[in-house]
Amino acid sequence: MLKLVDIEFSANTETGRKDILKGINLEIGDGFTVVTGPNGGGKSSLAKVISGLYKPTAGRIYLNGRDVTDMSITERAEAGISYAFQQPVRFKGLTVKDLITISAGKDISVSEACEYLSSVGLCARDYIDREVNASLSGGELKRIEIATVLARGTDFAVFDEPEAGIDLWSFHSLIKVFERMREKTSGAIMIISHQERILDIADRIVVISDGRVEREGTKAEVLPGLMYDRACPRLDGVNE
Amino acid sequence: MDQLNFDIDFEMKDVAAVGRGLLDSIAGITEVPDGAFNIRADGRSIGRAQTKAVEIVTKKDKPGIDIFIKPGTTGEKVYIPVILTEPGLQDLVYNDFYIGEASTVEIIAGCGIHNDGCGESRHDGIHTFHVEKNAHVKYVERHYGEGGGEGTNVMNPTTVVNLGKNAYMEMETTQIKGVDSTERVTRGVLEDGAQLVVNEKIMTHGVQYATTDFVVEMNGDGSSANVVSRSVAKDNSRQQFTADLRGNARCHGHSECDAIIMDNAVVSSLPQITANSVDAELIHEAAIGKIAGEQLEKLMSLGLTEAEAEAKIIDGFLK
Ligand SMILES: Nc1ncnc2c1ncn2[C@@H]1O[C@H](COP(=O)(O)OP(=O)(O)O)[C@@H](O)[C@H]1O
Ligand SMILES: [Mg+2]
Repeated sequence: MLKLVDIEFSANTETGRKDILKGINLEIGDGFTVVTGPNGGGKSSLAKVISGLYKPTAGRIYLNGRDVTDMSITERAEAGISYAFQQPVRFKGLTVKDLITISAGKDISVSEACEYLSSVGLCARDYIDREVNASLSGGELKRIEIATVLARGTDFAVFDEPEAGIDLWSFHSLIKVFERMREKTSGAIMIISHQERILDIADRIVVISDGRVEREGTKAEVLPGLMYDRACPRLDGVNE
Repeated sequence: MDQLNFDIDFEMKDVAAVGRGLLDSIAGITEVPDGAFNIRADGRSIGRAQTKAVEIVTKKDKPGIDIFIKPGTTGEKVYIPVILTEPGLQDLVYNDFYIGEASTVEIIAGCGIHNDGCGESRHDGIHTFHVEKNAHVKYVERHYGEGGGEGTNVMNPTTVVNLGKNAYMEMETTQIKGVDSTERVTRGVLEDGAQLVVNEKIMTHGVQYATTDFVVEMNGDGSSANVVSRSVAKDNSRQQFTADLRGNARCHGHSECDAIIMDNAVVSSLPQITANSVDAELIHEAAIGKIAGEQLEKLMSLGLTEAEAEAKIIDGFLK
């Protein structure tokens, strides 16, 4: 379980210091937690604070009771946190196989690497030797990004808008990936999403708006209000 | 490959351990090569073999060899590594390659220096290619230096490429370690339909200095040149990239210089394209930058330390 206590995060912007997370208190337990809310509300910043990319300005983070606040990105990865970026990173010269192998943390066979790719709807053999560079489309990169987190197989995984840039056809298979994950994994999975189909498989829903937890509860408690709420502008339709 | 005819007998045991290490590093040679070869060590040939299709002749007027590839030959490999293990040696060599019509050949060159002394060990290699029409050449050249002394390792390769009609040449040049100073010069002249492809990789450390300079004249219609240079400059090293692709006919030229800069290194890039024909299509791209923070973050989030992430990114970039 991940516990966030009074998390604040501020950063320098062109217009001066900006408070981005304004005192987040949250417990994310086993099962599926879907974090939603308007663009710019602070969801990705929260994911980065959890995975160590951002250092919180105040507050503590506990993973299974252990204080991980002062740990580096690497140490948090080793402690069992993984993060699928909203905007995947490109690497000149590293292949998809290289990236999946790094993710797995050990040498894996081509067929194992292919399994991860297939499960995110990529025809694996076509991709395994491709470079993770500008020649891949946004949707392809996004799915490879998700596969890296699947390959890590950690207790706590964050997926930041996994549906973004993925076409409708692949979206259905992506939902299947998450449904399967939900059945199989014992750990905690946090998905940042605006997608109704993903909200549908949530055990808990958290709404983040203006750097605060606006609402939180079971799907039954939160979802009905959300459907009519302007706070979540894109409940329907797949991006792009 | 045809049978080897030895002019200068050669067995691996003729080479001291240091030299064997160098041959392996620069040309993957761990046993007698599987093709015609000339192995030059400390300024002289220590082994040479020809095949029916590949003739190797010592030059009479200056140091070096002439290499003749018979027209129509396919699948031949030629190894011409150079090693220097005697500290302070200055080695100058001229090699000329005559690549016959419609032949296909792979040439594995390279230079390795082991300098345990305090002077300058230096190899200047001037390689000239005369590639006849429809011939296909792959040229692989690795440069590597080592040694515990105060001395410096200097390598200045000049490569001149003349490509006949529809000839194709691919150059893969790599300098990864231990070369204190290098001035690479590459010149190309291309006839109708000729294609030149260059992939260069350079990494510099310490106070090393590397310059690379390309001039390609695309004289023939339908000719093309693609020059790609990737480099990593670490510590206090300096690098300079210069390229001029000259389109003198209906042709395609593309040059790309992509550098990762680290520490206190200095990198400069001067890509130039010159169109002397309205039908020339020329593009250059140049980029210099440090390793992107998000690349490090992504690999660290997969469990690598920052140093491991950096090494992976560089290895991949220069692969
Ligand atoms: N490193 C940063 N520096 C400055 N501003 C940032 C930084 N990270 C996020 N922000 C700002 O914080 C706000 C929340 O961003 P983000 O967490 O990406 O929101 P969401 O993911 O909910 O759309 C935005 O206004 C964004 O521009
Ligand atoms: Mg976001």
